[in-house]
Amino acid sequence: MYIKQLSVFIENRSGRLNQVAQELKDNNINIISISLADTSDYGLLRLILSDADKAVSILKENGFSATITKVIAVRLTQEVGQLSELLAVLSAAQVDIEYMYSLKSGETEASIVIKASDPAKAVEAIQNSPFELLCL
Amino acid sequence: MIWNEARECMSRDELESLQSARLRKAVNRVYHNVEPYRRRMQEAGLEPGDISGIEDIRKLPFTTKDDLRDNYPFGLFAVPLSEIVRIHASSGTTGKATVVGYTRKDIDVWAECVARCCAMAGLGRNDVIQVAYGYGLFTGGLGGHYGAEHLGATVVPMSTGNTKKLIDMMIDFGATGLMCTPSYLMHIAEVIEERGLRDQIKLKATLNGAEPWTENMRKQIEARLGIEAHDIYGLSEVMGPGVAADCHFHRGLHIYEDHFYPEIVDPKTLEPVPDGVTGELVITTLTKEGIPMIRYRTKDLTSITHEPCECGRTTARISRFKGRSDDMLIIRGVNVFPSQVEAALLTVDGITPNYQIIVDRVNHQDTLAILVEVEERFFSDEIKELESLQKIIEHAVHQAIGLHAKIKLVEPKSIERSMGKAVRVIDKRKLV
Ligand SMILES: [Zn+2]
Repeated sequence: MYIKQLSVFIENRSGRLNQVAQELKDNNINIISISLADTSDYGLLRLILSDADKAVSILKENGFSATITKVIAVRLTQEVGQLSELLAVLSAAQVDIEYMYSLKSGETEASIVIKASDPAKAVEAIQNSPFELLCL
Repeated sequence: MIWNEARECMSRDELESLQSARLRKAVNRVYHNVEPYRRRMQEAGLEPGDISGIEDIRKLPFTTKDDLRDNYPFGLFAVPLSEIVRIHASSGTTGKATVVGYTRKDIDVWAECVARCCAMAGLGRNDVIQVAYGYGLFTGGLGGHYGAEHLGATVVPMSTGNTKKLIDMMIDFGATGLMCTPSYLMHIAEVIEERGLRDQIKLKATLNGAEPWTENMRKQIEARLGIEAHDIYGLSEVMGPGVAADCHFHRGLHIYEDHFYPEIVDPKTLEPVPDGVTGELVITTLTKEGIPMIRYRTKDLTSITHEPCECGRTTARISRFKGRSDDMLIIRGVNVFPSQVEAALLTVDGITPNYQIIVDRVNHQDTLAILVEVEERFFSDEIKELESLQKIIEHAVHQAIGLHAKIKLVEPKSIERSMGKAVRVIDKRKLV
């Protein structure tokens, strides 16, 4: 139901982002999706990976503040209005969205990652809707 | 329990006449036996006869650590080496070591003072006390050891370094007392928790000193170990640990005024400040034979009260140390001590994160920034959480020092370290 997202705190210093990418590459971990939220001094890197557990221990060993966050992924079709419908489902269940970003985008299908204020409620609402949760 | 009621609870009048008599003797001793002291007094136009009572102490010149260095190794000793039974030395971060010597009577007085501290912490002859200060040239180990032995306790000379053995013996011997630095006590508490041994220890009281710590840290450690932790103060130039300690009421440290006369002065003007006002602690040793100190500037900042304490002791109390006069920063005209910032950070979640204070001057205005390492327990994957953490820290710092600081969250282990210790203050203004 849930998928594991790796969150990493990085200062806005040159080369830090690449250091994360390099560690993942050296350890044969694939990046499925990436999102970066930034402020003037630091950023939060959010990653969906082929092996989040391995990545978190590697990054911590290398001095990064990193943690695993539970998020959900929802399958959408490439049609106008899909996101709006999904948001209506969540809002009807009184679930707020902390942040979201695209997981995959194909010709007919797409999927997004959502961090919900109440993940359990979000899962329940989606399961009782036409939408489908994605597992990795 | 009060170890020496006759001395610790004497009336202020009696104490003052004892101090006056002892000061006259001390001044005579240094004038006739220590050339640098005699020269200083002569330069100030003073003779021993000019000092008739304790109130005349202000006429005497100050002594500093530089005087110890300039007279390395034995130039300030007031007795021949045949009378000296022990030497201690502190390495100091700059230049030569400062060397101190003790006569047999000095060692006895020291043991008496440390025994008073132990009794203040509720320890006595039925206790098993581990001494986990370093044994050697540093005064902590042997100072604590002789005091605890004088108390009649069963003393275990652990020294530092082997925490596992210390904890194993704490359990096997049923140790009830422990003397060590506050940071080592924190470490010991962590290891006890990790090993799940909290229920097996019988520890009831600790005496901790030799480095600055905060009241928050003290309370935290008490709760974690289920003990009562006491602050013990001392410095090798004056004696070593045992110059002062706090009683069960923890409202400042009782200073043993029959041996050490305390003054608080403004570090800039060197004029005395009233009770309750923070200044530099100046100590005169009243009974020391080996290397007497006349108005020694400790550089430690504190305030003093002469109000009687609930515990029954009449000795003056010095407040928890607020920092070192050499560490004091003046930012936008406000006196700021790194220890205040540290205490503020501690209130955020009870553990001091790694931090660095950066002072700069931009367009003739002082700027203050504090870098705080984002350790795992602070870390959130939401920006709004991190921003609220910044605000909480900023507020705590503002409460503590009255200045707004820019709080910058930085990656773990990114703050510059020197010899394994984080560099706490960078004052870029000095570079201009
Ligand atoms: Zn008291």
